[in-house]
Amino acid sequence: MANMAQAIRMALHYGEQNLGVTEIFGEDVGPPLGGVFTATQGLSRAWNSPLDERGIVGAALGLAWAGQRPVAEIQFVDYIFNTIDMLKLCGNGLWSSGGKYKAPMVIMTPTGSGIHGSLYHSHSFDSIASKIHGLKVVCPSTPLDAYGLMIAAIKSDDPVLYLKPKALLRAKGEELIPGEPADEKLLHEMIDAPLGDRSKWKARWPKLTDYSVEIGKAKVSHPGTGLTLVTHGRMAPVCLDVARRFAADGRGSVEVLDLRSLIPYDWEGVKASVRKTGRVVFVNEETEITNFAEHLIRRLVDEMFYELKVRPRLLAAKATPGVPLSPGLEYFVQPQTAEVERAAAEALAEPA
Amino acid sequence: MPPKTAADPYKKIGPAKLLKIHANMVRARLLEERLIKMSKGGDGFFWIGGPGEEAFNTALGFQIKKGHGLEHDFLHFHYRSSAILLALGAKPINALRQMRSVAADPYSKGRSFAALAVMPEINLVPMSPTIETQYLTSIGTGIAQARAKTDAVTIVNGGDAGSAEGDFHSCLVWANRPALPLPILIIVTNNGYGISTAFSTQHGEVHISDWAKAFPEMPGKTVDGNDLLASWLAIEEALAYVRKNRRPYLLEAKASRLYGHSSSSGANRIPEADCIALFEDELTARGLAKKADLLKVWDAESEALAAAHAQVKTEPFPETESVWEDVFADGLPPSYPVKGGS
Repeated sequence: MANMAQAIRMALHYGEQNLGVTEIFGEDVGPPLGGVFTATQGLSRAWNSPLDERGIVGAALGLAWAGQRPVAEIQFVDYIFNTIDMLKLCGNGLWSSGGKYKAPMVIMTPTGSGIHGSLYHSHSFDSIASKIHGLKVVCPSTPLDAYGLMIAAIKSDDPVLYLKPKALLRAKGEELIPGEPADEKLLHEMIDAPLGDRSKWKARWPKLTDYSVEIGKAKVSHPGTGLTLVTHGRMAPVCLDVARRFAADGRGSVEVLDLRSLIPYDWEGVKASVRKTGRVVFVNEETEITNFAEHLIRRLVDEMFYELKVRPRLLAAKATPGVPLSPGLEYFVQPQTAEVERAAAEALAEPA
Repeated sequence: MPPKTAADPYKKIGPAKLLKIHANMVRARLLEERLIKMSKGGDGFFWIGGPGEEAFNTALGFQIKKGHGLEHDFLHFHYRSSAILLALGAKPINALRQMRSVAADPYSKGRSFAALAVMPEINLVPMSPTIETQYLTSIGTGIAQARAKTDAVTIVNGGDAGSAEGDFHSCLVWANRPALPLPILIIVTNNGYGISTAFSTQHGEVHISDWAKAFPEMPGKTVDGNDLLASWLAIEEALAYVRKNRRPYLLEAKASRLYGHSSSSGANRIPEADCIALFEDELTARGLAKKADLLKVWDAESEALAAAHAQVKTEPFPETESVWEDVFADGLPPSYPVKGGS
């Protein structure tokens, strides 16, 4: 099975072959490196830009206004903070121009913790991104969703911020990508750049096909009836693991709703799941204060207060100024499997 | 007054175009004064604009390859560009509509303040109140035009104060990448002030165009933006270079700021050199126009603007629910929160 970096790479290849993507760029995106997480290796339209995040976003927006469909990368989401007003321009251009200028562009960026990256290589941007209205925000948790969301993002006439959970970029999926060879080793030989001299290397792409994941559509990755875990990105496989173990151990029936899109979010999907279970824990690795899920909790209280059996909960990262390096500190700050288990058990056990 | 020789640029431009240029300058000045009047009279809100820059901006507007798509020039302008837009065919009444924020404001549907036009039919991309981000977006259209087989270019302008921002310098770096030089005419209109702060107190560079010295293949030039002829020739030279060589050119124009920064600073007339008066003196001294005829241009434009203003005052304001239009290209999702709270 492909890992997420390979899946994104294949989607970008599909985009440059079939969807009119002519510019894929950013810091170290082109040869020889092909991206610090290898997500752009072997692509014919990938090139290196200056180390200038504001310039990268501005260039992408200008290209989009010129009728192109660019895909640009910010090397780590931690570097995106100085581009916020550029992202605002991406998000408000259609509105401020009275509908005259669309901005079909993708900004992709690795997000979140889990690689011991410490400050400036571990942060999340989800909540801030959700405040940049007009921008669509997606965050896959599996290679297949990564493939489908990238193709949907490229096709979108809106600017899409594509968050790549960096801890999952090397994680393999449980489903084949359409066109992906079943032999993992063969895929590696076909599309992973060799170590050493790559100057003569060219990728041999599998015959990929179109597959879109609708932006704004969540996925029930594990059905359940007693509790809903609403999650996305790095925490989604953690929640899935907990749900499976609870089912296996007879500790409760847990439904996992993987949002996949933060903006627009699948409100109907959230409501349908919570209506079924009456209990919900929101799980993500953003910090606690003004967490995106707090908005969803407020809306649940407004619209479904009398359908909730117990108070809705949030499991998030602790609101420290950064993600610390020392493993014990990082695990303390960022939500871990044991905390998800504990939160799920408490929500299930609380009397209705 | 330059000598009347066979190579006299005034003759090259020709009397008919010179009078057209004059009319555009007058129209732009009167439009700005009308907008100021509306702002002060409660018939609109914040005003900011370009009175004092009519000579340089009209000279630029008449030399742009106007149209839609990569075969035409892409335009990334800041908020002192009304004379350029009028030269490109923008209707004055639309600026009045934006000032009054009526529903018929074609640039923003009553959402953005005056001077921020958007005209895809002439590749004018969304203008923003930010003072420098246009230097970044110009990189993108510059890349698209560098890839295309065309003589069309990207033109970006901004003010002297904005040149302190990193975005201006980003533009210089990206436009001069050896991997792909970009056909961008990079303009800075230097009126000597950023709001109330004098350029001379914050900038050590002698000329902003001196930044070009860091890039061996990018020419840089400073021109007197109050001089129509000098501006015309400098723009002609710069555009010819960019069109032919597919490389950037940095052009700084020194200009007056005749009504201060904006309505925030009072928008009162300031005694600086007036490019229209200078141009009219030149036209009459050369026998290309009579003073009385030039005055008729002022009267005619003034009457037209008054009529346009009267019309705009009858036009309705936007429906409140229109704020949900254009949030996303594919429409607002049914479950998007629209209540503004609980």
